[in-house]
Amino acid sequence: MREKILTAIDKNSKQSVADLAIMLGTTEEEVTRIIKELEDETIICGYPTLINWDKVQCERVTALIEVKVTPQRGLGFDKIAERIYQFDEVQSVYLMSGGFDLTVIIEGKTMREVANFVSEKLAPMDAVLSTGTHFVLKKYKEHGLPLVQTKHDERMLITP
Amino acid sequence: MRNPLSKSVVSIPPSGIRKFFDVASEMKDAITLGVGEPDFDTPWHIREEGIYSLEKGRTFYTSNAGLKELKVEICNYLNRKFELSYDYNKEVIVTVGGSEAIDIALRAMLEPGDEVLIPQPCYVSYLPCTILAGGTPVVIELKGENDFKLTRQQLLDSITDKTKVLILAFPNNPTGAIMDRDDLAQIVEVILEKDLIVISDEIYSELTYGSKHVSIASFPGMRERTIVINGFSKSYAMTGWRLGYAVGPALILEQMIKIHQFAIMCAPTTSQYAGIEAVKNGDPDVEMMRDAYDKRRRFVVHSIRGMGLECFEPFGAFYVFPCIKSLGMTSEEFATKLLQEEKVVVVPGTAFGDCGEGYLRISYAYSIENLKLALERMQKFVERHRK
Repeated sequence: MREKILTAIDKNSKQSVADLAIMLGTTEEEVTRIIKELEDETIICGYPTLINWDKVQCERVTALIEVKVTPQRGLGFDKIAERIYQFDEVQSVYLMSGGFDLTVIIEGKTMREVANFVSEKLAPMDAVLSTGTHFVLKKYKEHGLPLVQTKHDERMLITP
Repeated sequence: MRNPLSKSVVSIPPSGIRKFFDVASEMKDAITLGVGEPDFDTPWHIREEGIYSLEKGRTFYTSNAGLKELKVEICNYLNRKFELSYDYNKEVIVTVGGSEAIDIALRAMLEPGDEVLIPQPCYVSYLPCTILAGGTPVVIELKGENDFKLTRQQLLDSITDKTKVLILAFPNNPTGAIMDRDDLAQIVEVILEKDLIVISDEIYSELTYGSKHVSIASFPGMRERTIVINGFSKSYAMTGWRLGYAVGPALILEQMIKIHQFAIMCAPTTSQYAGIEAVKNGDPDVEMMRDAYDKRRRFVVHSIRGMGLECFEPFGAFYVFPCIKSLGMTSEEFATKLLQEEKVVVVPGTAFGDCGEGYLRISYAYSIENLKLALERMQKFVERHRK
């Protein structure tokens, strides 16, 4: 049931407990209890909203930064990753295989703000060896959901 | 001028669903629960194969029975899913949807006067196709109290010495009923004893909830007397591709291929290439869609019972078939008034046979948001009209 609930809310966290219980063939009490458990175990870590900011009249830029770092003895990459992800500007941090170590996704109001963050906060850290900043030009799909097209039902009203 | 028309064609009434469609399509911003096809797009990897085949210039006829690779994959699939084994070379034909398969199966087998047993409520084409093939349709009226399954006794009562073919369609459109192994075992005995041929339309075989679909052809002695019809429309959300198939004993298939050869030539080539990808690599898509339908199914049954309407739990396809007799209206009255007053489209049960009177077909091939909105309106309607 835990997995069923997670799959059910993965793409839509807005569903009510009552609806979930009906759809999964269980009781509201059980859904509530399991969701609480999943939250306590930080399996469910939050319920953000997927917003297409491009459609809103407010400036916002996203950058993906490739970061090479020196891992610290005994702590590996975790310590430096934590130092980076504590900043509010940072949306995501991933440890990578391949040509660099961390992918850091930054969101800021302007390109200058992002550039300042990189040059003043990120690059000067002792453990950071190099950074490569790539600005996002357009977002097509996030969290498995397309941001661009709106679909409408093309089926006829009634078919046998 | 002489009468240009065939009597048997003229004698066939137009589809009941069509009549209602004309009324509904005049209504602006109606919400519909009347559609008999999936709301999902064909999964992208399948569409992409179709596109690729076009890019490669695969725009020619295929052999009459279909591409060899597709037939081989269909056989693998039927074996993997339903324990059916067929020879791709002689016992498979790829058709233009399941509909064509129904038509040519009947045409290949019927002599004037042969009786065809058609359990109703059912899909709209069995009866007219039987008439067009020169056969005599004999309707078996399935009952709500039997969860719309065909019982041994009903079957026995309908058989005469002219009965040749039984059409079975489970999981069923419009009722959502299924027949499990035990249910089928009951009628298999009769079929064998009375030497009937079965056309088993299993187009919804992937959409069963709680138990796996059982094909009647997998029973001992049934394979040589069963034409199994299936297709891509419902399982892979490919209705517009018009791709289906029939499998069965070579003796019958050979004649079906002959009709198909002269009437159709071959199923669309692009669709056949896409079909290979579907049947080979589409299992995860089927699972995803089944899971979504199952959630909606529970939701719709719950809502309808919440309105105080009687509704047996359907375990297949994507329809529920609630009973509205308690409101003292006919199915058509209910559907028409619901459309006029609340702008919600449902299909009257009578579109699927006279015994559908007192029932409605509600499709849940819609998003939960859409279902919610439509069912809220239907609830208001039911409350208002309850005496």
